[in-house]
Amino acid sequence: MRVLDKKLFRDFWRLWAQSLAIALVLACGVMILVIAIGVERSLSETQSTFYERNRFADIFASATRAPNDLKREIEQISGVSIVETRIVQYSILDLEGLSEPATARLVSLPPMGEPLLNIPSLTTGRMPDPQSSNEVVVNSTFAIANNFTVGSSFHATLNGQKRLLTISGTVLSPEFIYLIGPGAVMPDNRRFGVVWMGYDALASAFDLGGAFNDVSVRLTRDANEQMVIDELEKLLAPYGGTGPYDRSMQTSHMFLDSELKQLKAMGKAVPPLFFVISAFLVNMVLGRLITLEREQIGLFKAVGYSNAAISWHYVKLAMGIGLFGVLVGWAAGISIAYWMAGYYTVYFQFPYLIYITSPDTYAISAMAGIGAAVLGAAQSVMKTTKLSPAVAMSPPAPTRFKQNIFDKIGHFMGARQPVMMIIRSITRWPMRASLTTIGIALSVATMIATLFMFDSMDIMMDSAFFQANRQQATLSLAQPQSRAVLADVENLPGVLRAEGMQTVAVRLTNRHLTKIIGVEGRDPGMDLSRVLDAGNNSVVFPQQGIVLSDRLANQLDAQIGDTLDMEVLQGQRGHFEVPVTGVIRQYFGIGAYMDLNYLSALLQLQPLVNSVNISIDENALNGLYEQVKAAPNIAGIVRWDQIRQGFNDTVAQSSGITTTIYAFIASLIVVGVVYNSARILLSERARELASLRILGFTQNEVSFILMGELLFLTMVAIPIGFFFGYLMALGIVESFSSDMFTLPFYISRGTYGFAGVVAFTASAASALLVRRRINRLDLVAVMKTRE
Amino acid sequence: MSQPVFHTDEVTKVYNTGDVQVFALRGVNLDIYASEMTVLLGPSGSGKSTLLNILGGLDDATEGSAFFKGMELTAMSERQLTTYRRDHVGFVFQFYNLVPSLTARENVALVTEISPDPMLPEEALAMVGLENRIDHFPAELSGGEQQRVAIARAIAKRPEVLLCDEPTGALDSKTGVVVLEALSRINSELGTSTVVITHNAAIQNMAHRVIFFADGQISEVKVNKTRLLPHQIEW
Ligand SMILES: Nc1ncnc2c1ncn2[C@@H]1O[C@H](COP(=O)(O)OP(=O)(O)OP(=O)(O)O)[C@@H](O)[C@H]1O
Ligand SMILES: [Mg+2]
Repeated sequence: MRVLDKKLFRDFWRLWAQSLAIALVLACGVMILVIAIGVERSLSETQSTFYERNRFADIFASATRAPNDLKREIEQISGVSIVETRIVQYSILDLEGLSEPATARLVSLPPMGEPLLNIPSLTTGRMPDPQSSNEVVVNSTFAIANNFTVGSSFHATLNGQKRLLTISGTVLSPEFIYLIGPGAVMPDNRRFGVVWMGYDALASAFDLGGAFNDVSVRLTRDANEQMVIDELEKLLAPYGGTGPYDRSMQTSHMFLDSELKQLKAMGKAVPPLFFVISAFLVNMVLGRLITLEREQIGLFKAVGYSNAAISWHYVKLAMGIGLFGVLVGWAAGISIAYWMAGYYTVYFQFPYLIYITSPDTYAISAMAGIGAAVLGAAQSVMKTTKLSPAVAMSPPAPTRFKQNIFDKIGHFMGARQPVMMIIRSITRWPMRASLTTIGIALSVATMIATLFMFDSMDIMMDSAFFQANRQQATLSLAQPQSRAVLADVENLPGVLRAEGMQTVAVRLTNRHLTKIIGVEGRDPGMDLSRVLDAGNNSVVFPQQGIVLSDRLANQLDAQIGDTLDMEVLQGQRGHFEVPVTGVIRQYFGIGAYMDLNYLSALLQLQPLVNSVNISIDENALNGLYEQVKAAPNIAGIVRWDQIRQGFNDTVAQSSGITTTIYAFIASLIVVGVVYNSARILLSERARELASLRILGFTQNEVSFILMGELLFLTMVAIPIGFFFGYLMALGIVESFSSDMFTLPFYISRGTYGFAGVVAFTASAASALLVRRRINRLDLVAVMKTRE
Repeated sequence: MSQPVFHTDEVTKVYNTGDVQVFALRGVNLDIYASEMTVLLGPSGSGKSTLLNILGGLDDATEGSAFFKGMELTAMSERQLTTYRRDHVGFVFQFYNLVPSLTARENVALVTEISPDPMLPEEALAMVGLENRIDHFPAELSGGEQQRVAIARAIAKRPEVLLCDEPTGALDSKTGVVVLEALSRINSELGTSTVVITHNAAIQNMAHRVIFFADGQISEVKVNKTRLLPHQIEW
């Protein structure tokens, strides 16, 4: 081995603690890159493989009742490759061991042969006999949550008739990778499932013989999607068709896609932060090392080493640190990525997971990691080339201190000498002081930008669960019914109050902008489920007009006073002009609301309701459940109190884990920054501090000079970090919001406080690590060494 | 008389520190001859180190030219100077300048690894009487031993010229003599042209030629008829 390389190893070994501190920060960046890209690619690949193998449809539509013959006409549309028509209905289930009713989405299987599209993959058992009227397959997670195995059976109310269904197998389908019940905000595998059964059984139960109410279409390669959608809409319109939509509006696909986008965004946005900080740190440490070794560098030059050889020597040191960080990052990334991908399968139901190890991710992360270290080294290394061998031979001139404004302030305030030393040190090396401050500030910002999500979520929850939706349950009706049904519901045992509303599928158009959405017709006096304005006050609906959620208003570029074209996509259909009378803030989903009487008037129908919000007497629940399970016209029930509970539990659990992880990562940054700053400060000032000790200053007084500076910088950094964090959070709110969620922007004092305390603690801890070295300063040795 | 290895022509060096101009060298003309031991004597601040640095290719002159065997050092690029130092010059510094993280042998190897015709590091260390300290780190050596490692490092490449800036400056007289003996031995055995800067007037007696410096100029050149051996010198 070359002697210079031996020196390299020994330097590396001597600087191990500082190198480790940098390498860990770097490793975080590499790890996040490897995880985010690795998991994203694995899930994407799994998704597209599953879609392909199980022929996930491209276009989806529903109708009330379309004749089976229509299928042939749909197949004629140019661009259509495969058409599958089905019956899809909702049904109340009565499950053993579950007092409340569960809900199922019933999906028909073709009377003959295999399904052509959205093919369910068997995980256990076999597909049901198409001729059987009670054999079904259910989605695996529903079976697992309810302890069902092949041969288990349960009761379902199909169009008012109670049936005993027997499970012949369990499946997973590309249509329900993310499965969420209607009206729910989170998956609930116990109370919502998908049940596939023979067409004939469903057709006879729901009086849909010779007809279908659901179409899936797979396109040819060169199809014009929008044209197919338009054609299909025309064909289905006479049969109660409600606007066909593409994958981007298919619930399961929408959730999965937005998750993948977030992963991708994280992989792009977060690692650079760590790389930048690592580069700063390498710059600091190497800069100091090179200052310390200027005589050695002069010597290398004097004996004939070229600038290139000397630069390469120090670049290799930086690369060593980078490589170390990359290896640690990879190791952590690989193990965590496996775990994460598995974690996703809890929420996303895939029959298998294709784990992709992409060499380019490793190559990119290695290049980025080592590149950051080398870039950080660049400035210091450039300095070595400028060092004249002759100048390097003479000892460095003592650092020049000058009186400046801060000194005067200090003197004026009668500061003691140690304080003056701190002030001078900061003003003499403003660059290092700023880098330290920025590093700490960034870690504070990282914590805020991640932890504020829980604050936002709190707001979202409070608004959606406690302010807007105060009902304990929502019943969805199988068919729209007149308001008289409300009285019937109120007569059910335990129901204290019932309020109805109707959701109608419409297409809203403002100039060239259009959106298909369910508009809710609401009774003016509704008090359980309310539409709230920004101040959490109930919105009073004007007699005429439509109220839009802010996100929808944005998408349609509509303001109060604009008139929208509303095309009703069901029943009698037709175009109506509706004025926008209000815009409200809404966090879950996007909504449009109007007075039920106005909606009915437009539709020229008597007011109808298709869902009923109820408040209930907890003591009479069982009686209510019995009735609901048996009621012929109730297609589903959503228990809001359970959603609230489930959400709180999930959020609490994941917030605990997430908070810990981010606090840990942020502490790593702080330790990396502060520890290195402290070591460098100590090395620069060892002689000075030792002199003070010799003059009779105590260890405490001497440590104060060093720790005081760092803690002062930390105190300055924390509010700056608050500000950075605020900006980052603002950006995240924008990028995270989708049609499913609109994240409110809110950062609680608790979040600020937590981030500040973690940063300060980590800073103090790393300063203390270095304090041990101050206490062990060998006074004689320090004074003997020449600098 | 032998060939001059170094020849200078009105070499001037001016340092600009802020508003003050320091004339370190004010037109130096001198010749240094092959295989000789030359001693540079003069008061502190008279410009000895500055001249040595220019001869060794560590620094450039403000005006005038310096030649090594007819090649103009003052016209060379940084890259050419590096090659010059690597192939022809050995340096010994007052403060040893050993790399603390390398052992004695490795400090010598630092030079032998990049030289065209080096000795073995062990051989060079033996010449300065350090064959028993080969694997010691600088911190484990005395000042005189460290300086001898520095000399071994300087001679290991068999340089044509050996430039020493106060090689005994940090040493007591007894250790200083050991170091001088090493230098003298190399000069006589290898025929290396040696230039030694010193404050110590006694050392002039072991030189072939003594150059006196004052105020950035040569004040006198003296050729010794008879030379003392290092152990005969006392201070
Ligand atoms: N880098 C520098 N910047 C400014 N002036 C310098 C610099 N180096 C040397 N000088 C000045 O140049 C003059 C000559 O310095 P030089 O080091 O050559 O003296 P010297 O004869 O070697 O002295 P000594 O015996 O004390 O080592 C001195 O006055 C010194 O102050
Ligand atoms: Mg000198």
